[in-house]
Amino acid sequence: MAEFSLPANSKVSSAGKRYPAPAGAANVKAFKVYRWNPEDGANPRYDTYELDLDTTGPMVLDALIKIKSEVDSTLTFRRSCREGICGSCSMNIDGTNTLACTKAIDDIKGEVRITPLPHMEVIKDLVPDFKHFYAQYASIKPWLQTVTPAPSGEERIQTVEDRSKIDGLYECILCACCSTACPSYWWNSDKFLGPAILLQAYRWLADSRDEMTGERLDALEDPFRLYRCHTIMNCANVCPKGLNPAKAIAEIKLMMVERAG
Amino acid sequence: MAEAYQIIDHVYDAVVVGAGGSGLRAAMGIAEAGLKTACITKVFPTRSHTVAAQGGIAASLGNMGPDHWTWHMYDTVKGSDWLGDQDAIEYLCREAPAAVYELEHFGVPFSRTEAGRIYQRPFGGMMQNMGAGPPAQRTCAAADRTGHAMLHALYQQSLKHATDFYIEYFAIDLIMVGGECKGVIAINMDDGSIHRFRSHKTVLATGGYGRCYFSATSAHTSTGDGGGMAIRAGVPMQDMEFVQFHPTGIYGAGVLITEGARGEGGYLTNSQGERFMERYAPSAKDLASRDVVSRSMAMEIREGRGVGAEGDHIFLHLNHIDPAVLHERLPGISETAKIFANVDVTREPIPVTPTVHYNMGGIPTNYHGEVVTLKDGDPDSVVPGLFAVGEAACVSVHGANRLGSNSLIDLVVFGRATAHRIGETLKPGTPHAPLPKDSADMALGRLDGFRHSKGGSPTSEVRLAMQKTMQANAAVFRTSEILDEGTRKIDAVYQRMADIGISDRSLVFNTDLIETLELDNMIGQAVLTMHMAKARHESRGAHMHEDYPNRDDEHFMKHSLGWFRDGGVNLDTRPVHAYTLTDEIEYIKPKARVY
Repeated sequence: MAEFSLPANSKVSSAGKRYPAPAGAANVKAFKVYRWNPEDGANPRYDTYELDLDTTGPMVLDALIKIKSEVDSTLTFRRSCREGICGSCSMNIDGTNTLACTKAIDDIKGEVRITPLPHMEVIKDLVPDFKHFYAQYASIKPWLQTVTPAPSGEERIQTVEDRSKIDGLYECILCACCSTACPSYWWNSDKFLGPAILLQAYRWLADSRDEMTGERLDALEDPFRLYRCHTIMNCANVCPKGLNPAKAIAEIKLMMVERAG
Repeated sequence: MAEAYQIIDHVYDAVVVGAGGSGLRAAMGIAEAGLKTACITKVFPTRSHTVAAQGGIAASLGNMGPDHWTWHMYDTVKGSDWLGDQDAIEYLCREAPAAVYELEHFGVPFSRTEAGRIYQRPFGGMMQNMGAGPPAQRTCAAADRTGHAMLHALYQQSLKHATDFYIEYFAIDLIMVGGECKGVIAINMDDGSIHRFRSHKTVLATGGYGRCYFSATSAHTSTGDGGGMAIRAGVPMQDMEFVQFHPTGIYGAGVLITEGARGEGGYLTNSQGERFMERYAPSAKDLASRDVVSRSMAMEIREGRGVGAEGDHIFLHLNHIDPAVLHERLPGISETAKIFANVDVTREPIPVTPTVHYNMGGIPTNYHGEVVTLKDGDPDSVVPGLFAVGEAACVSVHGANRLGSNSLIDLVVFGRATAHRIGETLKPGTPHAPLPKDSADMALGRLDGFRHSKGGSPTSEVRLAMQKTMQANAAVFRTSEILDEGTRKIDAVYQRMADIGISDRSLVFNTDLIETLELDNMIGQAVLTMHMAKARHESRGAHMHEDYPNRDDEHFMKHSLGWFRDGGVNLDTRPVHAYTLTDEIEYIKPKARVY
């Protein structure tokens, strides 16, 4: 019989605090937020903050900022652009990975439960550790690689049609919503690159200017790096930019088959 | 103080603070010159605010019609309302095409013309024939996600180079020894450890301080950290009164809708359905420069012709444009308008209002990126070891008003120039002189003071007071009375910094503490902005002073300069460079600015 032991601090305690809405608030909504501070030695907990939506902006990030500014300044999360382009505020909201800045509070029924992206190490509260994810990104050599030297004093030529082949790929914001929604990535993130990084890998395979297609495919030809994708499609479901990593992965697999020809 | 915190030492030839477009371009170039380079950034590079730039990057490639770098230069000088330094502007416009080709060679996914070349769109104030017109299509675009495309490509390139990245490290203060910059002290947010970076050359590429205002298109992280560090190092700030209001921030949310929307044919209307820009700028209309369009919109609203229940905003129409064109060229803002204004741009207008967007002012530099100050009567005295680039800097190429798409080109041209200068003036491995014992004292004193602060004013309260004051008293229209009140109010907000109290005493990812350090960086710049605005008794570019409605070249054709120390403001001026870089173009003389 296999024995399982959970890592330290994985059990959520029931010691969460409740911060009631200000007296007289008419339009109250509760936000139940995951809290964990590595320095206090305690297990994680859920704190519940009741906010008056009449004085809160429309997005979940507005609620988090209101909590930090007006209720509890120790609440910790990343945020920057607040318009869905920087990818800082990715987290799990109401059971789905997404960006807090583009997720409308009104779209969530009842209490809003917020946790860090799943299956990543937590640094503090809603801040996960992205180091491994970024290292995987660097591992695919995500830059334009050519043998032909760039033309002097002008751009490389690319047709409108060739350029359109990287639409739906280059827009990725590296928020990791997709990868951390993928069960295959949960189990094998040490070896499987996951949907975000594979989408980026395909972005260079699909770019007519890149001349390292063979080498790029060689680097992905591995039982884990690419082939742990089992088309579960969580990635495409959660992508806050509406991209489809599963399709990009399928395209890579197709290229593999074609070159094996 | 130093004994309470363990310091981890690093030794580099050069250190870049910030990893947006200018920081990454500078770091890459410095590393290429064989120098040991570190890049310290408080956010992962692709989360820097360059990522949010939409419309494009200006360069006279001439892919869509005739163009020439001298035309670009004329437009930039005119856009700056003649406050820009023309040697730097010549450098910018001359180098721009090569910088854009370099970006394309780096892999930036530019949109394409039928001929397969880089697509260029019209933008505000960009004309052919030395301002005479017709409009020039000069702004190189990757749909409406140019900044994102560019920042990602620059980060991807930097993965190839030997730059050491220190990600989620927050730079606290510069190490200054005898007026020379010797490096920087930073905190690693991940574990709270303190790091001392010794360097011969330190580059501040920290972006603007847009978050001084209540409503801004700027990211939450645009807190002018480099400016704050420079001020504490005794460096003056320049032309801070020139704050650009972008005409089209989404009403309420403050989120940006690119000028490219008007470049692709969009137009503004008031409550009477009138295309009012035809009255204010008969020739350029909706594509006049940003200060002109923002002022016209504010005037329409003030005269009761705003739209909406409160009559306090304007409509931007894209609904007459072919949906296929919107899909191809403006997909990002179509999505943004849907999310933040619940507007389907193919059917309805977008509610917009002028929103704080860009700081023309910043740390004064020459066109090599070297920080300069006024010292012993020399207005171009270089501060040894210290550089600034991008929105943090004031080169000054944007003068009193920046043209749209000139910021992205500023980043890469001057990022590269800075790298060249450092490569030319520093030998790899040059030994470092020992640092004085107190090199980390200021940084640690501030850090520790805020970390244990118990005052009655939470960071968020003081920040809000600052933002509301700036929004109310340093807005599109200014008067002596409003600015007098503004200086009193902002000085009073500064006094509250002594009463700050935070709740989070931890070291690991303490954003309560980081936000307080950011506020401390912003407040000095807010104070200087207000005081410089009060002192400029004329109207020029983005600074519209209603008691002095005209430009006054006789008295005010000069850069404002301001030092800030312990609540006290010291103002002076520097001359505008009334010369160009080469003989290939003559100084463009001031004249009336009409669009």
